[in-house]
Amino acid sequence: MKKYDLDRLRNEKLAKNILLCSAAFLTVVIIALIVFMGQQGLQTFTDVSPFEFFFSTKWNPDNGQYGAFSFIFGSLLVTFLAILVGGPIGVMGAVFMAKLAPKWVCEIMKPAVNLYMAIPSVVYGFIGLTVVVPAVREYFGVPVGFGILTASFILSIMILPTVISISTDALLSVPKMLEEGSVALGATYWQTIWHIVLPAAKPGIVTAIILGMARAIGETMAVQMVIGNTPRLADSLFSPTSTLPSEIVVEMGNTPFGSTWGNALFLMALVLLLISLIMILVVRKISAKKAVEA
Amino acid sequence: MNAKTQDKIAKVCLWFIGFLLIAILAAFLGYMLYKGLPVLTPKFIFGMPSDMEAGGGVGPQLFNTIYILFLSMAFSVFIAIGAAIYLSEYAKDTALTRFIRLSTESLATVPSIVLGLFGMIVFVDFLGMGFSILGGALSLSLLNLPLLVRVTEEALQTVPQTYREASIALGATKWQTIRKVVLPEAMGGIITGIMLASGRAIGESAILIFTAGTTVSRHMADFDVFAGGETLAVHLWYVMGIGLVPDRVAIANGIGALLILVVLFINLIFIFAQRKLKSA
Repeated sequence: MKKYDLDRLRNEKLAKNILLCSAAFLTVVIIALIVFMGQQGLQTFTDVSPFEFFFSTKWNPDNGQYGAFSFIFGSLLVTFLAILVGGPIGVMGAVFMAKLAPKWVCEIMKPAVNLYMAIPSVVYGFIGLTVVVPAVREYFGVPVGFGILTASFILSIMILPTVISISTDALLSVPKMLEEGSVALGATYWQTIWHIVLPAAKPGIVTAIILGMARAIGETMAVQMVIGNTPRLADSLFSPTSTLPSEIVVEMGNTPFGSTWGNALFLMALVLLLISLIMILVVRKISAKKAVEA
Repeated sequence: MNAKTQDKIAKVCLWFIGFLLIAILAAFLGYMLYKGLPVLTPKFIFGMPSDMEAGGGVGPQLFNTIYILFLSMAFSVFIAIGAAIYLSEYAKDTALTRFIRLSTESLATVPSIVLGLFGMIVFVDFLGMGFSILGGALSLSLLNLPLLVRVTEEALQTVPQTYREASIALGATKWQTIRKVVLPEAMGGIITGIMLASGRAIGESAILIFTAGTTVSRHMADFDVFAGGETLAVHLWYVMGIGLVPDRVAIANGIGALLILVVLFINLIFIFAQRKLKSA
């Protein structure tokens, strides 16, 4: 072989290895995340029993009480309420964009959805703080406007772009034939959507909902600005409480690194990390099943 | 209720939701601009902040925002493009590539506060960078990575397979084909993708509070990467939560409008670039 060919071959190998390394870097990052959060967070259990952390509502680090149940519950509750409102609106929005809107309307909707995504979460939080909080206080006649309801309301708007864009893709990938068959049999537009298109796009829509929930449960700034940041269990829609991310952001700044308090915050981050990883695994499972069926 | 009426009602509802989506967006953008635009004087945009008195600006924060965004992109773009090329051009369906794909998707859903704490342990503490522009930029680059990988992969996939075949048939190696044919062809898509990612990264705050910190250098336009790296979004949060200045709502309004303007600008360019790519 000529020297030139050998050089080419060597470059070829080198390029492939460098590319593989950059791809593997992402795996390294995610493993490092789990290791560092785990190593820092699990140290909490040397001072606090897992039972207390997960099931006690008493969070009072000055007295050595580290019950994070109120935050876990708060996170789950706002996520659930946000998806309850934002989920259906997002999916219907996707049906509108994918199956009803004329082309020129779509040309407006698509950039609009991107813009929803691009508005910084502090701006969502700030509008929540200056507009929604006073509005909730006035309208419902409660002492403070901070709390579960306000946070869920802001979150239900923030998850819209995630739900809409993934559902739209799912709806667009439903074969046209199915719809045509249904319409040919005399079904109306809505009957076709309801009985044929939506069921066919179900795996994609479930994925959209789960990723919407992942966005809601991890949202930090917007929630922190409107939820009231009170470490107690929410007992009504209007009670100020705290979520896992909002509590971390409020307390991390004045917590000594390596103290039980600091470690407990890292443990909360580990819980968040594991929840988001589980959600991805579920999404994976759904799309794998879809691939088998197709 | 018969099927026809049901159909009509459903269509009206869908149109209503489409309208509602635009209306909510317009309300958010309109409110922020209405409140914030009057605040945006040159003195506010480029001036130094003040801790106690009214009338401070956000100059250093604006500078930090752009500087951190630029650095974080510089750190992540090449790795992301490399990873995307590997996944889209080389990867076969092996356990390794499946695992890499899973990692990319997982990284994309990791809450940004978790990445922020990770950056705090690794960059700020362990590598001793302190709350700095560099620490913030490195952490932010982790957030950019998965999104950049996805947009680059999408751009690569729009390059027709026949281009690759033609290049290989002419005797080019795989790497030569990628470098001389596929990448130049996909470059437009990659650049618009980078812009979309920048638009998201510019308003990010949770990841930066504990890595870039909430202080700024006393010198305007300080290129020292170890200086405090508070950005616009973090400053908005900081003045509303902890700040002592009497005109904090005005400052927050101004920052909000400034961020919205930047985001609008980036998205407009994105739309035009995409139109151009499509028609080309």
